[in-house]
Amino acid sequence: MTEITIPPIDWRVATQLCIIFGWASVLLIIALFVPRSRIRVVGYLAIAGLVVAAGAGIPFWGGSAETFGGMLRLDTYSMMLNWLFLAAAAVVIAYSLNYLPKHGIEHGEYYVLVLFATAGMMLLAQGGDLIVLFLGLELLSLTLYVLTGFAYPRETSEESGMKYLLTGAFAGGFIVFGIALIYGATGSLNLAAIGDTLARAALAAEDRTYLYAGAALIVTGFGYKIAMAPFHMWAPDVYEGAPTPVAAFLSVGSKAAGFAALVRFLVEAMGSQWPVWAPALATLAIATLLLGNIGALIQNNVKRMLAYSSVGHAGYMLLGVLAAGAPGGMAGQRGVEAVLLYLLAYMLTNLGAFGVLIALEQRGELTWDINQFAGLWARRPLLASAMAICLLSLAGVPPTAGFWGKFYVFTAAWQAGFGWLTIIGILTAAIAAFYYVRIVVQMFTAEPSRETPAETDPALRAGLVIAIAGILVLGFMPAPAIDLVQRSVLATVGGQ
Amino acid sequence: MPSMTEAVPLSWVLLLAGALFCIGLFGALSRRNTVGILLGIELMLNAVNINLVAFWRYLEPNVVAGQTFALFVVTVAAAEAAVGLAMIIAIYRSRQTVNADEVDSLRG
Amino acid sequence: MLADYLPILVMLLVALFVAVFVIVLSRYLGPQRPTRRKLMPYESGMEPIGPGQRRFPVKFNLVAMLFILFDIEVIFLFPYALVYKQLGVPGLAAMGVFFVVLVIGMIYEWRRGALEWE
Repeated sequence: MTEITIPPIDWRVATQLCIIFGWASVLLIIALFVPRSRIRVVGYLAIAGLVVAAGAGIPFWGGSAETFGGMLRLDTYSMMLNWLFLAAAAVVIAYSLNYLPKHGIEHGEYYVLVLFATAGMMLLAQGGDLIVLFLGLELLSLTLYVLTGFAYPRETSEESGMKYLLTGAFAGGFIVFGIALIYGATGSLNLAAIGDTLARAALAAEDRTYLYAGAALIVTGFGYKIAMAPFHMWAPDVYEGAPTPVAAFLSVGSKAAGFAALVRFLVEAMGSQWPVWAPALATLAIATLLLGNIGALIQNNVKRMLAYSSVGHAGYMLLGVLAAGAPGGMAGQRGVEAVLLYLLAYMLTNLGAFGVLIALEQRGELTWDINQFAGLWARRPLLASAMAICLLSLAGVPPTAGFWGKFYVFTAAWQAGFGWLTIIGILTAAIAAFYYVRIVVQMFTAEPSRETPAETDPALRAGLVIAIAGILVLGFMPAPAIDLVQRSVLATVGGQ
Repeated sequence: MPSMTEAVPLSWVLLLAGALFCIGLFGALSRRNTVGILLGIELMLNAVNINLVAFWRYLEPNVVAGQTFALFVVTVAAAEAAVGLAMIIAIYRSRQTVNADEVDSLRG
Repeated sequence: MLADYLPILVMLLVALFVAVFVIVLSRYLGPQRPTRRKLMPYESGMEPIGPGQRRFPVKFNLVAMLFILFDIEVIFLFPYALVYKQLGVPGLAAMGVFFVVLVIGMIYEWRRGALEWE
């Protein structure tokens, strides 16, 4: 009988994950014993856990390590993304603290689910193995299905949860079938090992078929998760039906995590096959840019418009992903940086925009018609200017965070040789500017059609201030953020 | 007696898995009943398991990654089914229907 | 190799043929004089009461869901059961963590009243 030795575990790699998982489990039990009227305490505890987890990562910044036989990675790329996820989750919880009681859906499980979803995102950023990526994706998706349907008696919430579940489970089936095919073609589930196998020698014709079919299925599946056209149809319905803080979380966290994993898979495992997947992904990127931005153009419902606009933003990030895979080191690294910077800017901006929507939302009245914004400047100047800053940043107007994100993505794509794609990107950005500015004009010039009371509370204000300050700081002083992003290196196969 | 892997070529097993996946896909796309759609998705996941175990057995019998992954897929499928059923019950309580095309208050 | 499976195929075909043949034959050869009473579902000679398909209370669904989850989680114990001696103390610790997670789920559903029948 041979002894099986378990290789030593490098706990540094899993510290943040362990904190979030452990704290979420503990909170689940704590929430059971906290009286109903004081359930908000659980929210504060959840934010505390997120802050501790973010702080626990600081000592490990800079290195690159892996553990569990290469299943979990910690490089500066995943660390940077982890911080993004933790920050987004903290802001979303701050938004929810008063939103939930206002809509009569305050349950301790909400905060626990947000923590578990965050852990799923971190698994997606840190996963070095297709099993971990799959588990992270499913953990994230399952919690988000429940969160989307969290406003239980409200029919639209239930319905959007169901729709999200059906499309998401469908996409999960695609991804896992693709993983099985790739496992058959390369004999491994480890991203680095797959990359090695593919870079070393050409595969047999049969294996190549499995490989490409598998990669196509995986990209399709992730395409659903990041709302890439033509797999974006669920996004507007789900964003509209979900409780607004959850929609904010969906639009930033789920998308960022999907991109984190997509970049890792395409660059690390499929990097040597870039000439094959780049044209296909470029086509999808064009479709995403066009469908997202034109879809947003015809929406009068601001929440749906933001959903379509988030589809469009997925298109811009795809430009970065395309550049990230480009051979020749320099261009590839710039692509990864572009995706990260864009994600950072997009996250701050969307969190801000959804924060304003939350402030305007009334219980029992679920319209986000564009007329609601008419004359907002006259009634609530601060809210109106916050929304204006977010919308300008989404449109990519300098000097906001969104401008630097777009600038970086376009230059990266240009350098990687996607000239025509960059031009389409710039053209669609011009289309996008139109529908963002339309709301700004409504807010500042139109007469208020009717009185829409807007309520803010300290937690919501804090979240909004963080988001807006982030947009402006990044807009006026992009150097620190760009510096941070440039240090965020994907520990590639050769770099270990 | 030839061994199992010699008697049955890998491509047959893959065909079986592919056919099962397509049946599940068809079911998921064509059913009106949400329970039926979930069943179709479960079938897709089970096709994946056949694939994983077949690849493990024929190609890499010494590395258990394929088998391990199959276990994870089974677990995740169960979790998905549980969440799905819970949501179906919630929808049924408020609308008295589980048909996907009758649940349509969100459009666009 | 393939020939080894031929008898199974023959057996399948024979079974299929016999079954279909007998049913079709009796359908066409036998006399058929249906009456209302004959067409009624057979319930040991009693008059049938109510619809055949009874609806189950939602409670069964909840229990079934919980059962699926805990039942499936047990599949991780099977591989461990095969190698627990080789794995030694570290393996035991890892499974301990797994169990703690299961117990947390258990406490949760207990406290939320999911296990109460009434």
